[in-house]
Amino acid sequence: MIPAPVDYVEAESADAAIAALTQHGDEAKLLAGGHSLIPLMKFRLATPTVLVDIGRLGDLSYINDGGDHIAIGALTTHRALETSALLQADAPIMAHVASQVGDPSVRHRGTLGGSLAHGDPASDLPAALLASGGSVVAKGPNGERVIPASELFTGFLETALAADELMTEVRIPKATGAGWSYQKFNRRAQDWAIVGAAAVASGNGDGTRVALVNMGPTPMLSSAVGSALSGGASAADAAALAAEGTSPPEDLNGDAEYRSHLARVLVKRALDEAGS
Amino acid sequence: MQVEMTVNGQSMSADVEPRTLLVHYIRDDLGLTGTNVGCDTSSCGACTIHINGESAKSCTMLAAQARGTDVTTIEGMADNGTLHPMQQAFMECHGLQCGYCTPGMVMAATSLLKENPNPTEAEVREGLEGNLCRCTGYHNIVKSVLSAAGNSTNGGSQ
Repeated sequence: MIPAPVDYVEAESADAAIAALTQHGDEAKLLAGGHSLIPLMKFRLATPTVLVDIGRLGDLSYINDGGDHIAIGALTTHRALETSALLQADAPIMAHVASQVGDPSVRHRGTLGGSLAHGDPASDLPAALLASGGSVVAKGPNGERVIPASELFTGFLETALAADELMTEVRIPKATGAGWSYQKFNRRAQDWAIVGAAAVASGNGDGTRVALVNMGPTPMLSSAVGSALSGGASAADAAALAAEGTSPPEDLNGDAEYRSHLARVLVKRALDEAGS
Repeated sequence: MQVEMTVNGQSMSADVEPRTLLVHYIRDDLGLTGTNVGCDTSSCGACTIHINGESAKSCTMLAAQARGTDVTTIEGMADNGTLHPMQQAFMECHGLQCGYCTPGMVMAATSLLKENPNPTEAEVREGLEGNLCRCTGYHNIVKSVLSAAGNSTNGGSQ
């Protein structure tokens, strides 16, 4: 399969990338690792007229201690997340979930920012970001803004990023020593989750956040589970509400009822493992 | 567009369309047909090569993205006719049948050992999860990788 003809611009800096996006509008697409975009282009599900390659912007690949949070450059690869001692200590769910994406060759190329900006409801890292209560930094022609994870995913493969904005950084609140879990249910190695559940027990009294994978058109927080836990419900009682407010997809792997069941089971396991 | 990269130690330059996939550049422009196209959807790993020493699936990269990098394909593994230890191990342990997945397996396995020089059997199986073989059931492939690890570290289990 061969992508449709496309023009290619290599951006020398984040500002140059934003200028290219401003010039070409929503006919342009940012290319980082390409592991979400190129498959779509090969299937001709995406036919941008211009690719703005940001893959070599080394200054957007870093994992730094930001005080109360870990600051991760948007171009950091899954492999770098997976092997980061800083993440393993202070935001372990991010390191672990990165290790569950695709396979090693995919993780060498795929980037955190690319995965989040793609916004696939079946992908792993958006759930980890949501459960962590993280945020992303978007840079556009008028400067930077911070988008909370809970406001990032707006529709199927749609995010709150504007056509002329570039995600530059991902911020994960430190969860040093806090309980966490990621339950990914699939049938074969390297498959997408049929359903997944991420839970992080916040250390600062915010309670436990639970996010669901592949239970609707977007990666989503489970507000029903979160509210029940805040109200003092047991893990079992809260997990029983896991399918509330969702609209699970139906495919060869399972119908909506099956996915709803999986969500309840996986959320229970996640809450138990996270110690909620 | 003009794309320059180093392939198997040699500087290469070619005029390609921006949409050219790296695997097509390697096979059709450079004539290095050891790198196979299998699933064409980054699942099977038949197209695995190294970019700057790390395994990557060349069906899911544009040639343009590899500009300025150091690319190694299966043709670059042997040294003046002497097989790479991983190739030798695949031969000795009969780690192949039809051979279609083999170049990708060798490239993924060498990348794995670079990151984890003395893996357990489970780590080898996990590490090769992105490479599919439809003949061997993986047993002899795993054996080959463990054998190569043993040869290079004196500590690997067989």
